[in-house]
Amino acid sequence: MITLAVWKFASCDGCQLSLLDCEDELLAVAGQVRIAHFLEASREVLPGPYDVSLVEGSITTAADAERIRAIRDASRVLVTLGACANAGGIQALRNSADVAEYASAVYARPDYLDTLATSTPIAAHVDVDYELHGCPIDKGQLLETITALLAGRKPNLPAHSVCFDCKRRNNVCVVVAHGEPCLGPVTRAGCGAICPAFGRGCFGCFGPAETPNGPAEADLLRAHGMSGDDIRRLYRTFTVSAFAEVAGDAS
Amino acid sequence: MRSEETPRLIGADGLGALFTALRDRGYTVVGPTLRDGAVVLAELDSAGQLPSGWSADTEAGRYRSRRREDGAVFAHCAGPVSAKTFVHPPRARLWSADRNPDGSVSAAGPDAPAKRFAFVGVHPCDIAALGVLDRVLAGGEHPDPVYTARRDGTFVVVAECTEPAATCFCTSMGTGPAATAGFDIAITELLDGGHRFLARGGSPAGTEVLAALPSVPAGAEDTAAATAAVERAAAAISRHMPDEPLPALMTASRESPRWADVASRCLTCGNCTMVCPTCFCTSTEDVTDLTGQHTEHQRHWDSCFSLDFSYLHGGPVRTSTASRYRQWMSHKLGTWQEQFGMSGCVGCGRCIAWCPAGIDITEEAAALAAARLEDAP
Amino acid sequence: MNAVVPVPHRIVDRRVDTADTVTVELAPVGEALPAFRPGQFAMLTAYGIGDVPISVSGRHGARPLHTIRAVGAVTRALHDAAPGDVIGVRGPFGTAWDVASAAGHDVIVVAGGIGLAPLRPVVERVLADRSAFGRVAILAGAREPAELLYADARRQWATQAQVRTTVDRAADGWKGPVGLVTALIPGMDVDHAAAAAFVCGPEAMMWFTVQALLERGVPAARIQVSLERNMRCGLGWCGHCQLGPLLLCRDGPVVGYPVAEPLMRVREL
Repeated sequence: MITLAVWKFASCDGCQLSLLDCEDELLAVAGQVRIAHFLEASREVLPGPYDVSLVEGSITTAADAERIRAIRDASRVLVTLGACANAGGIQALRNSADVAEYASAVYARPDYLDTLATSTPIAAHVDVDYELHGCPIDKGQLLETITALLAGRKPNLPAHSVCFDCKRRNNVCVVVAHGEPCLGPVTRAGCGAICPAFGRGCFGCFGPAETPNGPAEADLLRAHGMSGDDIRRLYRTFTVSAFAEVAGDAS
Repeated sequence: MRSEETPRLIGADGLGALFTALRDRGYTVVGPTLRDGAVVLAELDSAGQLPSGWSADTEAGRYRSRRREDGAVFAHCAGPVSAKTFVHPPRARLWSADRNPDGSVSAAGPDAPAKRFAFVGVHPCDIAALGVLDRVLAGGEHPDPVYTARRDGTFVVVAECTEPAATCFCTSMGTGPAATAGFDIAITELLDGGHRFLARGGSPAGTEVLAALPSVPAGAEDTAAATAAVERAAAAISRHMPDEPLPALMTASRESPRWADVASRCLTCGNCTMVCPTCFCTSTEDVTDLTGQHTEHQRHWDSCFSLDFSYLHGGPVRTSTASRYRQWMSHKLGTWQEQFGMSGCVGCGRCIAWCPAGIDITEEAAALAAARLEDAP
Repeated sequence: MNAVVPVPHRIVDRRVDTADTVTVELAPVGEALPAFRPGQFAMLTAYGIGDVPISVSGRHGARPLHTIRAVGAVTRALHDAAPGDVIGVRGPFGTAWDVASAAGHDVIVVAGGIGLAPLRPVVERVLADRSAFGRVAILAGAREPAELLYADARRQWATQAQVRTTVDRAADGWKGPVGLVTALIPGMDVDHAAAAAFVCGPEAMMWFTVQALLERGVPAARIQVSLERNMRCGLGWCGHCQLGPLLLCRDGPVVGYPVAEPLMRVREL
């Protein structure tokens, strides 16, 4: 029996929904996993410590920065879920802008807001044991991680490019056959190459692969008609901070 | 070489009869078809799914299917899927095991496939690639049961190459455009003077199937036209490997500065290895169910372009992109010879066409050869 | 039975070697595998966790012994398995030490860390037929004294051979030498020019050891090394074990130094 807790920080809840999506599979192990904290699913809250904490969202307030430390202290294994938790998410766009200006453009009473100037990944605050990438995460990777933790093995979470999976599922390459810009060659696998399977270029929601070649990817994107601004925007969609180095000034 | 028997001439509609004959004999037909803008290999139900009237234009990092008026069926090369996908599938279960209540373990080996494949319309370079896989996966001390179960008893209808792509270099590797061995039936598509196919048997099974098709003996003119078409194809091949023993070139080039150059362009995305019809490398992982009592040992295609590929306790051996590209190319053109007594490259050009960065193995080989000459005293 | 599906074996004995290393003795639950020769390796499966290559480190009757250091999830699970537990075994795979070729010669065995495990059967074979060999020197290095393997065996060997150990960091009242195992080579009482050498350890350690042996006059053709790459399938199908022209699961792990030399010279090969 392991205790599992699910925690939310600045995020859209989509990654937690992936866990709810696993209910059939999780029912099979109802005897082995006790959900101690998962507000999206149940109001029942059990006190820590927890064997496994799944953490969604980024750190955007001083209170959250405190809360994540308490969660880390109460958790044996901490797994972050998704682009927000791993890279600050879309909200990390504020990191290179004026958050006060953003707030005044969006909110009628920005003075009600109590927010940090940055949106930062969980790993910027506490040690993280495993990162599940994506926006949202892949349900298969979530189940793989939970089963691996139950079995005591290392989860199979590849760090190579999306292209490996794209070819394994026999997709026709959207770059080569259609001239479609695609971040697949520099993006971490794990989604099963969903977007190329539907004829779209990858937009990098899993963040960078293990050894992304930013300049070569920029050459590729330019060759397929993207301007420097287009390229910057593409990299900034979901994991702006994670791709910052890859994007570099090559765009 | 060409069989002694007179070739047969099959009409444009004869492919339907071929499909029927193969299906009647229990084969699952795998052939080219147009999907998502490319001619891919897939399981086909009828000859109507063949890419009639489609060609493909390729260049480094580029592939475009192109409509044509003449209804040609086999005038395309370097599609992204090769026969490897069917005989050495991207994913396979090597074994499964269940832990019994008494602590003992019951294990089962790989699933035996229910299908026997007939490959229709693959090109001579693809036949050569099957020969390479035969040697690598089935020709050693331990034949791979997943491979042999899919490969044994396959039926091969090779389509001689009459329209090579710009990325092809089979003439350098001695694998085409003519079909010389490794097939049950060889056909040559003829377009001038009426769409028809010259066909010859390459095995007793092939001769038997051929006899079941509506055909007439080929005339001397048809035979000459087929020979000419293949000769034209050979002459049209524009890419070449350096004219020197490639294993020696690769050994001499281990410290070449060219590796750093190609590394600046290489995305380490692994596409070249995935589309290569002979790249056989795999990795395995144990997958458990949530109860933990059932384990599956699964195998999937891997690539020497991943860091994990060379992982040892302490970290990966090949961390630089240069070393990973060197591993791939040196294996393909060089060390394969020492490991398996043959080249790992069949000159199909898929790695050139499907590299998003347009890296061209013939150009890299030429650069290594030129650099070696410069180094020579 | 094919070489793909692990053959269930029961752990019948488990000896603790160091804080993170154990030696297990395996007995087949049903069918037995062919005998392992010194230098060959097995793929050991911890069911539900994964499999790893582990060399044979000795035998007890017909039963193979394997020495396992817990460094990852799979080796941790194998290390933690108790007597009575069932694990899977595939093998034997790879080449063996050519001990016979050393007959009539002085013998030098040099091990770094866990590298002593695959060399233990070499030592035992040489000492079991002591008169067939000349002088015997066994050198073992480890990071710390507590990580030196097979203390009991080493004491026994010392009655018939020169046994020297060294550590990177002294501790626990260690009074022996501190430093690289290569530093022990000059002090051995052997006729280097007429000696045969068996070397196993991390790649850099093997490289410097062999250079030291060559310097003292040990002929390159009589030096054997055990090389390592990422052995995954054990069968030569998966490609991970490549070192240049070698498939180490098939052509190694044990190779003559003349074969290894040009390959060990190339970084990231």
